[in-house]
Amino acid sequence: MNATALAASRSGGSPSAAGAEVEARAIRRTFGDTTVLRGLDFRAPAGAFVAVVGRSGCGKSTLLRLIAGLDAPDGGSVTIAGRPLADASDQARVMFQEPRLLPWASVLANVEVGLGAERDAPGRRERALAALASVGLADRAADWPATLSGGQRQRVALARALVSRPRVLALDEPLGALDALTRIEMQRLLESAWLRDGFTAVLVTHDVAEAVALADRIVLIERGAIALDVGVPLARPRHRGAAEFGRLEEAILARLLGDPAPEP
Amino acid sequence: MTDATAAPLERLRARPSPGRPFGWRLSGAYGWIAPALLVALWQAGSSLGFIADTVLPSPASVVAAAWRLTRSGELASNIGVSFLRAMAGLAVGGAIGLVFGFANGLSKVSEGLSDSTLQMVRNIPHLALIPLVIVWFGIDEGAKLFLVSLGVFFPVYVNTLHGVRSVDPQLIEMAKSYGMPRAALFRRVILPGALPSIFVGLRYALGVMWLTLIVAETIAAQSGVGYMAMQAREFMMTDVVVLSILIYALLGKLADVATRLLEGFCLPWHPAYRRA
Ligand SMILES: Nc1ncnc2c1ncn2[C@@H]1O[C@H](COP(=O)(O)OP(=O)(O)OP(=O)(O)O)[C@@H](O)[C@H]1O
Ligand SMILES: [Mg+2]
Repeated sequence: MNATALAASRSGGSPSAAGAEVEARAIRRTFGDTTVLRGLDFRAPAGAFVAVVGRSGCGKSTLLRLIAGLDAPDGGSVTIAGRPLADASDQARVMFQEPRLLPWASVLANVEVGLGAERDAPGRRERALAALASVGLADRAADWPATLSGGQRQRVALARALVSRPRVLALDEPLGALDALTRIEMQRLLESAWLRDGFTAVLVTHDVAEAVALADRIVLIERGAIALDVGVPLARPRHRGAAEFGRLEEAILARLLGDPAPEP
Repeated sequence: MTDATAAPLERLRARPSPGRPFGWRLSGAYGWIAPALLVALWQAGSSLGFIADTVLPSPASVVAAAWRLTRSGELASNIGVSFLRAMAGLAVGGAIGLVFGFANGLSKVSEGLSDSTLQMVRNIPHLALIPLVIVWFGIDEGAKLFLVSLGVFFPVYVNTLHGVRSVDPQLIEMAKSYGMPRAALFRRVILPGALPSIFVGLRYALGVMWLTLIVAETIAAQSGVGYMAMQAREFMMTDVVVLSILIYALLGKLADVATRLLEGFCLPWHPAYRRA
């Protein structure tokens, strides 16, 4: 199934909240003597869910930070919906590996931070509450973040990232620190939010099963460039036990580890 | 004084830890037994003639002195004068310390211009300036204000700077990625993040404040609790001397309690202050 058809088949999301295409062209990023990304081309079609995998230190986070506008490339360009990143920064949101909640603000106030430029608009409380409710934490609105569990904190971070209805959501191993069960719950939550809102998702993960479970496409970064770009032709909801699921996971894992294995 | 401004977070760690959850309550309940016993022994020693009144007056005579001075109004006016001096010095020195702490924590330029100079001045014990200060200001209020402000400045400055610098850079990056403007970034991220450290600075500052005031008032003053003690010494009224010492202790304790309340009010989110 192609991503445009997928996005079109979704219901609920308002037109302005639909995903935007993310494109990185020939980007280079160098830290001192080490070149991390050397002329990398990356494209996520509007409304697609793209997972980025690769060995530790290959530059996944670096790429994501460039896409999210947290860092500037040494060469090349990043565009969102065809516009340079500088003009589109309010359309992309980032979810980090750590929840990064303000410890001195209530859960609700933390979600309100996510409204960005609309933080003073009327109805912000209602919007923040609705976002909290969508991650199942409406009853914790008045609590301090310190009183939440790790998984709950990451759910608040998800609500904060989604409350402004971004067109692009960049995620840097957001579930890496969670236990296996919570992680699967969070994956479902993330998938349903994506199906509901239709944003473009770029997920960096070191968990290949997670990539196969969530993504339309999986790209692999190696030696500063995209070494592999495969579609995931599985219908949703996906089942981890399915034979096709296992085969795909196996193939990508083998490629990651550098084992001689048939190309998927 | 140098050690009072270094090691800023030590005091926070000294709070009751989850490892000994009853530590605070126990010391609250039983903490008074030892002092009460000590006062009883002291009174007994004086009454039985073991302790000469000229060396250490009995608790009863200290209480009597307190009553005498309260009725004459002397006590209240001296405490009032000392209290105002302390607060004025705290306000002036603390405000300057806060301004420099924030400026140098936020701006590399400001830090480059002033930090090394301030660190150099910090190594001068401020009480060593008393002779010079008397030359400058005489024994006016200016002298006390200057000394207390100077003493209070450094702990507030150092801990504010430390607090601003130690705000989690990940939170700052998060706030920037959500497009938070600079003013909001300061108000919602940097200030609250630095606040626990600023309170540590305030606690040290209060200690320095009373110490400076005691020394300044005993050497160069014509009113205040320290002056009252020096006067009494000339007439060998040891009961008033002891009373003055106790009043200083009481004022110090009061300041500490006030800070604790303020901390609880300003840092309700902080695990160390959160009430169950
Ligand atoms: N700010 C920086 N300064 C210097 N080097 C950096 C910086 N950020 C990243 N690097 C280097 O760039 C390389 C890629 O880092 P990056 O964080 O993108 O890896 P990653 O693929 O996300 O790894 P992981 O899976 O472990 O998170 C690493 O070698 C890292 O040391
Ligand atoms: Mg990374």
